[in-house]
Amino acid sequence: MALNPDFVGRTYPPAPAYLVGREKIREFARAVGATDPVHLDLQAARARGYRDLVAPPTYAIRLSMAAAENVVVDPDLGLDYTKVVHGDQRFEYSRPIVAGDELVCTVTIDAIRSAAGNDILTTRADIATLDGEHVVTSYSVLVARGTDGGDA
Amino acid sequence: MEIVEGMELPTKTFTITRADLVRYAGASGDFNVIHWNERIAKDVGLPDVIAHGMLTMGLAIGVVTDWLEDPSRLLSYGCRFTRPVVVPDDADGAELTVSATVSGIADGVASISLRAVCEDVTVLGKATATIKVD
Repeated sequence: MALNPDFVGRTYPPAPAYLVGREKIREFARAVGATDPVHLDLQAARARGYRDLVAPPTYAIRLSMAAAENVVVDPDLGLDYTKVVHGDQRFEYSRPIVAGDELVCTVTIDAIRSAAGNDILTTRADIATLDGEHVVTSYSVLVARGTDGGDA
Repeated sequence: MEIVEGMELPTKTFTITRADLVRYAGASGDFNVIHWNERIAKDVGLPDVIAHGMLTMGLAIGVVTDWLEDPSRLLSYGCRFTRPVVVPDDADGAELTVSATVSGIADGVASISLRAVCEDVTVLGKATATIKVD
């Protein structure tokens, strides 16, 4: 089933604010093998001018993917989420995420297209503080394999 | 540190075992079963359990950030997930090698091209980071 093109440009109400925890940053840094002490050692982070531990660059996916999942299960969009794979990913940063940040993630559907029998959805997740300071935008291309053309 | 076009960053090699996939699942909140359940991975046509694309992407950027030691200078990072990293159920796991080259500098921004290779296959496409330079 092709995706509903009326959804291009649609912005969803933001998910509840996400409080970035210091230990979550440590867990994530260890999981992605990040060794810069700015991610692990509070004193090192503060010595370099940060309020608290700094999240590794791809930490933003924790917020953006969870927010996007709530959107893509919208039945009117017509995406078969069981067939979705992550096609590509891009982050644009205003600053790194730091422990203690309270972040709000707003998801917009940027593009919908079909190619080679796949439905392809581009979502944009704008991540900002409660005061509206932009932190990072996450662009995700989600590909639903073999769902366009009814031959799935 | 002076950054010039053509400069190569120190290459890193990562070992990815099943335990690393479980650790990343917990740390990221991505519990998709194809990253830890061999039966379901094979049911959907994969050769075996595969690593999260975001784990590969997250490991790869360490080549840039651990070298730069200044996370505020990272402006963007993106890639395409072109090939899966298959992670066997053994002690050796998969080996991922990441290299990076400064591919261009313009208007105070350097572009860095990353290459992530597993089993002689490039697993991330068009992997590029941009950083602020003086």
